[in-house]
Amino acid sequence: MKVGIVRFPGSNCEDDAFHAVVDQLGEEAVMLWHKDHDLQGSDVVILPGGFSYGDYLRAGAIARFSPIMREVALHAAKGGIVLGICNGFQIACEAGLLPGALLRNDAGYRSMPVTIRVEHTDTAFTSAATVGQCLTMPIAHGEGRFAAGEDVLDQLENDAQVLFRYVDAAGEATVDANPNGAMRNIAGVCNAARNVIGLMPHPERAVDPLLGSEDGLVLFESLLVAAHA
Amino acid sequence: MTRFRVSVHIIPRRGLLDPQGKAVTDALHTLGFAGVGEVHVGRHLVIETGAKDIAAAEASVRTMCERLLANPVTEDFEIAGVVKE
Repeated sequence: MKVGIVRFPGSNCEDDAFHAVVDQLGEEAVMLWHKDHDLQGSDVVILPGGFSYGDYLRAGAIARFSPIMREVALHAAKGGIVLGICNGFQIACEAGLLPGALLRNDAGYRSMPVTIRVEHTDTAFTSAATVGQCLTMPIAHGEGRFAAGEDVLDQLENDAQVLFRYVDAAGEATVDANPNGAMRNIAGVCNAARNVIGLMPHPERAVDPLLGSEDGLVLFESLLVAAHA
Repeated sequence: MTRFRVSVHIIPRRGLLDPQGKAVTDALHTLGFAGVGEVHVGRHLVIETGAKDIAAAEASVRTMCERLLANPVTEDFEIAGVVKE
């Protein structure tokens, strides 16, 4: 499996994603510059966390115009796997690859561990997990409050596109467990075709006991299942 | 082609939680402005552009808002003014 990791001006989690793929999974990864016009044969594209273009205008709003995003959109349209983490999730939403939008948190910037519950396992990024499995990993964002119209939210629920929800220690999606005010405690979603996945928490920063959690590994291992299917 | 200066307000859609607006509201209440109801914090952009007339300048900025300047999921916009330079 070859993973292409896009580096935008202002990205800051691309090396963590590289570490997760290369050192922890033992797979091949390549850094892609945002001005590139070529995914270099990547099977999976990761849009990493950070503050692309300084979050000017809105988080992700400018990055979606980078030349590489045309290739990423084509890759997604052909069924290729695209994973947006944190700022990458914001970029994917702005680019129309994922539904909804990510707004300013209800209580400012949050950098802390959270627990998310896996809601569906029929995607390339959740297939190695189990439904209801709770994973602990960090968040670090100021604009992560998932929002969409009630009709869109209902449709996402009906079509099983809500993949991750913020939950408490008992696995319940409570108000207190919601770190940013996200509607319906939504931490991550996928598109209708289920090949584009976005989430605000950072699984790539939870792949080693030294980092405080290795709960993110199961998500990356899911990519392997998909790549070798 | 005439030069116009178009100003546009972009504001969070009513009904969506606006934490910036709420923080400002609370601060104004603390200062004693008891009459303040809701405050909404948005963006004000001033765009200098060439167009054949005022209507064309405004139409062009509307398209800019729809395609980039405002998020169609969460924000509304209004053209606040168009002046000939």
